[in-house]
Amino acid sequence: MTFLRHAVLRLIKALTVILSVVIANFFLIRLAPGDPAAIMAGEAGASDPEYVDRLREQFGLNEPLLTQLWLYLKGVVQFDWGYSYRMQVDVLHLIAERIPATLLLMGAAFIFSILLGILFGVLAASARHRPGRGWLDSVIVGISLLLYATPLFWLSLLAILLFSVQLGWLPAYGMETPGTDYAGLERAKDIALHLVLPTISLGSFYMAMYVRLARASVLEVIGMDYIKTARAKGVPWARVLRRHVLRNAMLPVITFSGIQLGQMAGGAVLTETVFGWPGIGRLMFDALLQRDYMLLLGVFLVTSTMVVVFNILTDIIYSFVDPRIGAGGQK
Amino acid sequence: MKIFQTRRGALRLTAAALAISLGATGAMAQTKGGTLNTIVQPEPPLLVLGLNQQSPTQYVASKIYEGLLTYDPDLAPQPGLAKSWETSEDGLTYTFTLQDGVTWHDGEKFSSADVVFSVDKYLRQVHPRVRPILNTYLESVTAPDDQTVVFKLKSPFAPFIQLFGTDNMTIVPAHIYEGTEFATNPQNQHPIGTGPFMFESWERGSAITLVKNPNYWKDGLPYLDKIVFSIIPDSASRAVAFEQGQIDVLRGTDVDPVDVSRLENLDGVEETTKGTEMYSTITSMIMNERELPFSNKQVRQAISYALDRDFMVQTIFFGIGKPATGPISSTLPFYDGDVPKYDYDLDKARELIKESGVDLSAHPVKILDYPYGSTWARLAEYVSQQLKQIGFTVDIEATDAGGWAQRVGNFDFDTTFHFSDQFGDPAIGVSRLFVTSNIVKGSPFANNAGYSNPEVDEIFAKAASSTSREDRQELYTEAQKILVDDAANIYLFENQNVTLYKDSVHNLITSGVGTNSNFETVYIDDAK
Repeated sequence: MTFLRHAVLRLIKALTVILSVVIANFFLIRLAPGDPAAIMAGEAGASDPEYVDRLREQFGLNEPLLTQLWLYLKGVVQFDWGYSYRMQVDVLHLIAERIPATLLLMGAAFIFSILLGILFGVLAASARHRPGRGWLDSVIVGISLLLYATPLFWLSLLAILLFSVQLGWLPAYGMETPGTDYAGLERAKDIALHLVLPTISLGSFYMAMYVRLARASVLEVIGMDYIKTARAKGVPWARVLRRHVLRNAMLPVITFSGIQLGQMAGGAVLTETVFGWPGIGRLMFDALLQRDYMLLLGVFLVTSTMVVVFNILTDIIYSFVDPRIGAGGQK
Repeated sequence: MKIFQTRRGALRLTAAALAISLGATGAMAQTKGGTLNTIVQPEPPLLVLGLNQQSPTQYVASKIYEGLLTYDPDLAPQPGLAKSWETSEDGLTYTFTLQDGVTWHDGEKFSSADVVFSVDKYLRQVHPRVRPILNTYLESVTAPDDQTVVFKLKSPFAPFIQLFGTDNMTIVPAHIYEGTEFATNPQNQHPIGTGPFMFESWERGSAITLVKNPNYWKDGLPYLDKIVFSIIPDSASRAVAFEQGQIDVLRGTDVDPVDVSRLENLDGVEETTKGTEMYSTITSMIMNERELPFSNKQVRQAISYALDRDFMVQTIFFGIGKPATGPISSTLPFYDGDVPKYDYDLDKARELIKESGVDLSAHPVKILDYPYGSTWARLAEYVSQQLKQIGFTVDIEATDAGGWAQRVGNFDFDTTFHFSDQFGDPAIGVSRLFVTSNIVKGSPFANNAGYSNPEVDEIFAKAASSTSREDRQELYTEAQKILVDDAANIYLFENQNVTLYKDSVHNLITSGVGTNSNFETVYIDDAK
């Protein structure tokens, strides 16, 4: 019963958050100077105010602001998210087109960063703990610090220079080789090759974060009495790590992975731009520059929903990893 | 006056006939087939000309759609969907005879009804630049029979014949658009034209693909099987793609000026600055002349003296461009370089400021950054530095494209830059920036400076309606002298757009619209 009540409350909270995000954004983007009609006329080199007025009327920008908001919210509920002014395509359709690429890159970067991050973090901590291996700890910490501090776009460009231009191993841009008719496995391989560089570039920063988090919390747990007991019992080191240390050290990593997913859902604008990846980040960025209100609101709606969903998922995972944290939030 | 073909056009036709007869024996000349890989930057919002006129849209859609005429590098009209045309003595009636056997990409027959619909219903309503011209000058457009279209004007408009290109008077299919809301017609996502290439697919954010139109009305054309326009949002990545050979054609605006000079020196790369004659873009500094200090002519002249145009072109734009002498580009008809000169001279500038009696310290100015990349930010910094040297107090304001259009369109600026296309004739692309009647709010490419000179207004009006080329030249020469002397805008430089391409690509630039031509004769050596 309490679980059900908790779930309902949680849902209401989530919906309120999303609604506030939409309403706040609705007004925020209108604070930016220039509207889509003026921009489109400007780009076309039109010197005809009548034309701009016509566009405004066509986009419904003449209506009072509150009426526009009401119409928009009504539409959202009915899954009519409006038209992109510029592209004259349904907003839902445009977003749906970009979601697979976004999820693919997000998923790949997430798995890449969390797996390698934990691996190297634990490796570093355990090396520090064992005599004669301290150098490994220093190397891992050093590299992760470097990755943590390097700007993403610079890393991406260097990766392109090395792997695409110099070595010619990997494609420099896009998600698929344009102008080809690959299907099935061949297509999957083509996409996988295109995925490598963006994944590494996007994932490296987060990987460095995980290395540091995992290392710190493993070191903390290793000092606990129960670990000493396990060691004293004669349990092999690898098994101590796996059974006793890791599980207890993972909470901060999970917290951060929730944050990471939320951040990446907002679109990896830089990575997508440098690698020409057709994700949602670029869609949003272009829509912002063009003041394509409807499209921008649609993207915000999707990404804020994703962030809320990831947060809920993180909470659920907490309670599995550490049963002391109940679903009801009681400790 | 009867114009069937200009003499140059006739020569060209003969040359083409020769080439065709030679082609029969020596099939070596052109390789058929193959895919041309290029870049469209930024991604166009839409591929339907008329509804959208931006440069990326034009680049792609100019292969899909056609107009009644095309233009050679001297901007003389050539046959397009019309095989011949004549103009009446009084300059009021234009009669076009259409090509035979033209079909739309969906198989429907093309006829004069499509032309009448496109001009009278479609373009009159949607085309951002052409609609005001049509609504001002066009009395009627009619189709006496399937092959003939007659345009009647209310009053003579000399550059009317320059308006029939694909980008200005795009011919769209009546059977798809008639009676619909043009902007939201679902077929906009799958454009149907008469051109040599047909729309195949558009993966948003990745690439647009066009394929050969097998039923194109010119037999044996086009040569290419496919054109792929890749969408690569980062400038450095675009340069890499060309360097690696994945891209055959790179337009100068696709990469930063600093990369152009590097890429053009690569092996197997050709470059040309041809093919921009129709646009003849000029970059100017525009000032809000409604109040001090810019309302003072001597202050404006001083600014013109204080800017070193050679330095701008050579250092800021890496040599891509040419110092401008006045409001009309040297590649446009009616250009006259015999105008007052503003050779770089800071002392003279300071002297003029002194003579003007304007107290510059009482009028600090802000330069509104032109938001099209870091090169333009450098230009703003340079101008700021020069203005400070002659006594101005200057600040630079940053903005984005939306903010810029809004501010300039509402006259809410001190000074800024813009580059503006001239579209083949001063009456279409130049007068709009200077005549009093075009001081209108809401559009950033009107007379936003607020320059007003009755003499100039009269000259431009006369020149637009005159049918004598000599008279027009005289009038435009006069206008250029006045506009330069008044420093109505500060004319900085003519933008040059370099096109880079692999040396295996041929016939890329053959007309005055350059890469915005239809690519029907483009071929690639050793095409697969």
